[in-house]
Amino acid sequence: MDVEKIRKDFPILERMVNGKKIAYLDNGATSQKPREVIDAIVRYYSEYNANVHRGVHKLSEESTVAYEDARRKIAEFINASEEEIIFVKNASEALNLVMYSYGMANVNAGDRVSISIMEHHSNFVPWQVLARRKRAKLEILDVGKEGELVGLEKASGSKIVSISHASNVLGTINDAEKICRVAHEGGGVAVIDASQSVPHMPIDVKKMDCDFLAFTGHKMLGPTGIGVLYGKKELLEKMEPFLYGGDMIIEVKKESSKWNALPYKFEAGTPNIEGAIGLGVAVDYLNKVGMEEIRKHEIELLSYAIGKLKDEVTIYGPLDARKRTGLITFNVAGVHAHDVATILDEDGVEIRSGHHCAQPLHDRLGLESSARASFYLYNTKGEVDRLVDGIKKVKRVFA
Amino acid sequence: MSIEYERIVHIWKNPPNRGEMKDADLVAEGANPICGDKVRVFLKIKDGKIADASFTGEGCAISIASASLLLDYLKGKKVEEIENVGKEKVMELLELDLSRNPSRLKCALLPLMALKSGKIR
Ligand SMILES: Cc1ncc(COP(=O)(O)O)c(C=O)c1O
Repeated sequence: MDVEKIRKDFPILERMVNGKKIAYLDNGATSQKPREVIDAIVRYYSEYNANVHRGVHKLSEESTVAYEDARRKIAEFINASEEEIIFVKNASEALNLVMYSYGMANVNAGDRVSISIMEHHSNFVPWQVLARRKRAKLEILDVGKEGELVGLEKASGSKIVSISHASNVLGTINDAEKICRVAHEGGGVAVIDASQSVPHMPIDVKKMDCDFLAFTGHKMLGPTGIGVLYGKKELLEKMEPFLYGGDMIIEVKKESSKWNALPYKFEAGTPNIEGAIGLGVAVDYLNKVGMEEIRKHEIELLSYAIGKLKDEVTIYGPLDARKRTGLITFNVAGVHAHDVATILDEDGVEIRSGHHCAQPLHDRLGLESSARASFYLYNTKGEVDRLVDGIKKVKRVFA
Repeated sequence: MSIEYERIVHIWKNPPNRGEMKDADLVAEGANPICGDKVRVFLKIKDGKIADASFTGEGCAISIASASLLLDYLKGKKVEEIENVGKEKVMELLELDLSRNPSRLKCALLPLMALKSGKIR
């Protein structure tokens, strides 16, 4: 994998911030986009913009083919079939779709739904709401000392077990296959929030055996406003639609309507056509580089960064790079994370600070906030060095 | 580091007006859950004027410096004056232009927001 060559594909990496070349280390929040993705969106609007599934004219046929091509690419990327890929706007919508269409219909008073304390609010709040509305029990699995998920066996017997494949704060990679197995053994379904794993490692939904998998395009080189819900066909077929309107019907009569086939049943209204096309091209790009290669590169960056940082800051989550995705969440003793991020930003090093939409986890760890550096395929050891230098500067300034 | 931010960090290290006030006439709290900043402000009021002011809390350098400077500014002024203080005044006191930094502006405004939500006992 030639990182220098990859970097040339990302125009934004040339950008200067405060007179310094940008070191973009906030990929956990959103990734940058290669020129191919940007160009694909421009090409769509300059050459064949038309609504999909709605016309017989040339442009409409072209846009429909491109939109469905993107679906096929994404299906292949995670080893699913095309009718199991539903385009949504982001991971949050994907999880809400499962909550409303599956959860509301299948969870009853006294049932149990299991999540974990490390969930992003997107995979926390919907289940909290479902449990309250249905008077079901929300069970929140805990984390151990190294940020690992503990007590998974307690989730057996839950109607829904919804857990992240990788934590956006701790970086912990959870054993998704085991989560699915435990959910199934107890007669429930497994929902995997793969927002932080699909961009960074090979994913195979058949091997994982999840019932639903949610991820978001903008964290994997794609545009914003496009996300994916994978669902097992047997389940999706039985579920009621989430949104009603155009495209999701096959027939509308005055009294009632018939729903369209999968996946269209779940895609009401004009979709984010350029978003889907852009995400398809992002997947092409990731395939070209190779997900195994990306994972290897991130492990290398992580080991390097952990080695340099572990005596400078408090790192949360596992210290073994193979057990985490490409991100490091930390605090500098006595300094607020915002101040860390502001000082780093002065030198063009862009990191995230705050609670990263994981307030329950921060409460659990006794933290108000934390700083997070998150890597991707275009990051370099040189950028890690700039991060480390910046942190040393923070310690000097705030001493 | 910019001179302006250096000044903020300098104030943060030893912020004037920090400390609890036992016999305060106004105690108000504000929190910014997004970043975990929390402040509590105390005012002593005499003849409609702010005779003394202090704060406690934890937060980033900007929120702490903002509390310090804001309370310094208000001491000796009429209580009604609080209503006239807006974000321009806070940025002026901080000597920082945060008009294009919406997230840091929120930190800066936290003490003021807390104060405005308070009621005199
Ligand atoms: C683990 C995890 N789940 C869900 C989300 C939500 O993604 P989105 O904001 O695109 O819906 C994120 C990203 O912010 C995330 O990191």
